[in-house]
Amino acid sequence: MTSDNSPILSLKGIRKSYGPIEVLHGIDLDIRPGEVVALLGENGAGKSTVSKIISGTVPPSSGEMTWQGAPYAPANPRDAIDAGVGMIHQELLLLPHLTIAENVFVGRYPRRNGLVDRRTMRDEASRGLRRLGLDLPPNRLVQGLSTANQQLIEIAKALTLNARLLILDEPTAALGGEETQRLFDQIRRLKADGVGIIYISHRLEEIRQIADRVVVMRDGAKVQEFDSADVPVRTIVEAMVGRSLERMFPALGQPSAEPVLEVQGLTGANGRFRDVNFAVRKGEIFGIAGLVGAGRTELVRAIAGADPIASGSVHLEGQDITPKSPRDAIRSGIVLVPEDRKLQGLVLDHSIAENIAYPNLAQVAQAGLVTGGAVQGFAGHNIKRFGVKGQGNQNANELSGGNQQKVVIAKWLARNPRVVVLDEPTRGIDVGARSSIYDIIAGLAAEGVAVIVVSSDLEEVLGVSHRIMVMAAGRQAGILDYAEANDVSVMELATA
Amino acid sequence: MTMTQAPQAGRMRLADMFSLSGATGPLIGLFVLCVFLSVSTDAFFTLRNLLNVLDQITVLGIMAVGMTYVILIGGIDLAVGSVLALAMMVMGYTANVLGYPIGVGIAAALVVAAFSGAVSGLMITLFRVPAFISTLAMMSIARGLANMITDGQQIVGFPAWFSMLAFIRHGGFLTVTVALMLVVFVLGWFYLRYTSGGRSLYAIGGSPEVARLAGINVSLMTVGVYVVSGVLAGLAGIVLAMRLDSVQPTAGFTYELDTIAAVVIGGTSLSGGQGGIIGTIIGVLIIGVLRNGLNLLGVSPFTQAVVIGVVIALAVAAEAFKKR
Repeated sequence: MTSDNSPILSLKGIRKSYGPIEVLHGIDLDIRPGEVVALLGENGAGKSTVSKIISGTVPPSSGEMTWQGAPYAPANPRDAIDAGVGMIHQELLLLPHLTIAENVFVGRYPRRNGLVDRRTMRDEASRGLRRLGLDLPPNRLVQGLSTANQQLIEIAKALTLNARLLILDEPTAALGGEETQRLFDQIRRLKADGVGIIYISHRLEEIRQIADRVVVMRDGAKVQEFDSADVPVRTIVEAMVGRSLERMFPALGQPSAEPVLEVQGLTGANGRFRDVNFAVRKGEIFGIAGLVGAGRTELVRAIAGADPIASGSVHLEGQDITPKSPRDAIRSGIVLVPEDRKLQGLVLDHSIAENIAYPNLAQVAQAGLVTGGAVQGFAGHNIKRFGVKGQGNQNANELSGGNQQKVVIAKWLARNPRVVVLDEPTRGIDVGARSSIYDIIAGLAAEGVAVIVVSSDLEEVLGVSHRIMVMAAGRQAGILDYAEANDVSVMELATA
Repeated sequence: MTMTQAPQAGRMRLADMFSLSGATGPLIGLFVLCVFLSVSTDAFFTLRNLLNVLDQITVLGIMAVGMTYVILIGGIDLAVGSVLALAMMVMGYTANVLGYPIGVGIAAALVVAAFSGAVSGLMITLFRVPAFISTLAMMSIARGLANMITDGQQIVGFPAWFSMLAFIRHGGFLTVTVALMLVVFVLGWFYLRYTSGGRSLYAIGGSPEVARLAGINVSLMTVGVYVVSGVLAGLAGIVLAMRLDSVQPTAGFTYELDTIAAVVIGGTSLSGGQGGIIGTIIGVLIIGVLRNGLNLLGVSPFTQAVVIGVVIALAVAAEAFKKR
């Protein structure tokens, strides 16, 4: 810490109530210049409420904040931005059809003589991009940029506002290992410039790399604060869940020798993966690792019939069932829990019961009739079976990420599939819910289902897989056994 | 879990049972409207007038069922007014100019209407033309074809029994056309509420990608929905021919907008995935009762248009407000 060690922002006794329910119970928090404070906690712990209060989206019910020594009470996001708070949301809020420069300045275009001054806009944006070491022309459309670059553009946007404090909400949720490292390089640079950073993430490994301090929240209160990020992961997790964790990953059973799913020379019509060969055995969990853009999602989507196949075949128990549509794949018993549960997995403003019923309408129907009671009954059974915390008639968007994911899983497992493909099964899901999803995965394998798990979270792939296939740039770089797989061997193949 | 299931069943409100979700507001509106008209006019609350209202909404009611399906899957069908006219002209031409029995004319009309819907649907699914544009194109094409058949002339002189289907009240109250509308209502409601195909439409409207990944044949269902919308527009054309005892290529002009208005007033969301037939029936009744009531009150047709516009805006704004 430098001589100027007074906090940029202090929160004192911040409380927030919605009606009679208090969701934040007196939070104290200091952010000093040039430090990264990791804010941890399960979903619903109050992290996002804290960041909303700081960024002026919601007012606190009581308590006070000071910004560089002066009282700070933003009435709206505009006030917070003007003060120097940059908020980078988990869901990227860029407009794909506009250029990078336009996105950086949206809503506050520099003007000259009443007209938008495109030159200033371009120059300023390009300065912001350079500051982040991003070599992109500011006139390029945002559409088609990698998620990592989009993330960095959001940060550039905050920087052109001269933000003194950045709030990053799950910035690496969609990033692979290499991109994450690039983001971290930029964060270190910002630290050196004296920017204070609040870093919200579920990935504890990252926290160790980037954070200076760790603040753990649970049920709307600050439960523990660590003055260094060099704390054992287990200690942090136990503080988050408020109990000691036996284990994160379940014990895996022994798969049988009999192959269920065989993929031969599979090549995607969109060219995102080529000539992939592997077999998954009965009761086996087959992990697929690789960097973002390696073609993992496209590969498993093709196996599940969601994306077109150019050549090659998919065999199920010896029969060629190369699917042409999701319908084909589902009929043969291959189901996909897609990457983006909000866009591909759930109809968010429909009820849990309806969501579970959609792929199973024929099964739900009694004598050809789908009654509301039958839908509720069918769903109720599966809600119970997979431990979803919610009622059948609740809308899917009222659930936490973990419970939403359980609903997506539940809707498929109701069909007793033979192959289950899970793409990023725990993205953006808190630690507690995560381990119950791992239990479901292990349970499936124990029942003799062939399971494929795609994940960017290395610890996760290593923890739940019998074997791991690593992909790099659309090709399979290698398949590792449980015994030989570790973070080094996987990363070597992924970057090969 | 059995503990939580029991109160859940008990919590099923009346609204849930009739899939009224989103249509309770319109139902109250309809009720208030009826009470107001009963008090302010002598003629409104008489059996004879109420039966008139039913007769007057037959064309709109039949088309609105198809439109409900279309809007439910997140689409729009601007062609229904023109398809109605085309179907009328095909029927009239087949029966009165070519001299086939009128039943053959009706069949031909329905086939042509189905074909129009199929073309719209295929343009949407196969060529990815937005529904607004493909049905806008079909609106123009169907209207043009309707005019071409007789070069813009009307056809008259159907057998007496044909138009009597719209006028003789069997059992003192039910004309064949009203009965037909009621049958369409019941079938439309039943399909949507109790069959897996009907439930799938909600999934498609909620998110076509989720529906596709759930194994629903989204393209086929979409084409099917536009075919149904076309056929019902054709059927509405035949009912209109019975009521007018003539067919003319200008018939059904701007009916698509009335139909969309009825569906939207009934609480079906233009963004898809939410709504239902009961709501649409209420929406159709609101428009029907409003027209009838304004006529009884001696309001000019110009003012009526203003009032109906205001009602549409209020209904949708109230619904959006309630959701917040």
